[in-house]
Amino acid sequence: MPIVVDGKTFETDEEGYLANINDWVPGVASVMAKEDDLELTEEHWDIINFLREYYEEYQIAPAVRVLTKAVGKKLGKDKGNSKYLYGLFPYGPAKQACRYAGLPKPTGCV
Amino acid sequence: MSEVVKKFMYLNRKAPYGTIYAWESLEVVLIGAAFDQEVNLMFIDDGVYQLVKGQDTTGIGMKNFSPTYRTLGDYEVKNIYVDADSLAARGLTQDDLVAIAYEDMDTEEEIENIVEVVDAARVTELMDEADVVFSF
Repeated sequence: MPIVVDGKTFETDEEGYLANINDWVPGVASVMAKEDDLELTEEHWDIINFLREYYEEYQIAPAVRVLTKAVGKKLGKDKGNSKYLYGLFPYGPAKQACRYAGLPKPTGCV
Repeated sequence: MSEVVKKFMYLNRKAPYGTIYAWESLEVVLIGAAFDQEVNLMFIDDGVYQLVKGQDTTGIGMKNFSPTYRTLGDYEVKNIYVDADSLAARGLTQDDLVAIAYEDMDTEEEIENIVEVVDAARVTELMDEADVVFSF
């Protein structure tokens, strides 16, 4: 189902992931979050931006445990744990945050 | 978390991009690793080209997935081997290959590069030790 951000339409796949990662604008994350009844805070954006950088460098959307490990390395151990990340993204930090970040569904996610 | 069930060895024998094998193998490896299996990778024959540094796919319109090999450490893959003879036969050395770092989050032990070049005898040994061998 396509999503509409500031009057512009973005194609998504059947699971709601953006069809073209290069189309992404921050508004995509805001609109997707709103549909999930989630208010994006600075902490959410840290993870979303982190995922975009991760993809840029490694060309892959990380599985949840890899995300946890990588966040711990980059943003500190207090953030690199499942409790913190699930607190931010209750539908699963990798799946949900990757979707907001315009990334494909993580490899190894079912 | 599930227990380690089997020791998997993934043999990578083909150059990237010409066929789908290299990418398929990488995806299977990442999925296997995400499910806590013990994953071993071996690059042999033209498969050694998968790890060559500085790949550029702009001319062929395909995604350059070579940077993804560098995440294997994050996926808790610790055993990555390259066959020495295959490298030598192609005029390559370890310096031509990407380095894959590994960090143990519990002990904070850091290994700068887990890619290990091994001789033919060790290749045989490693294949014998594996419970399951997948050839791509």
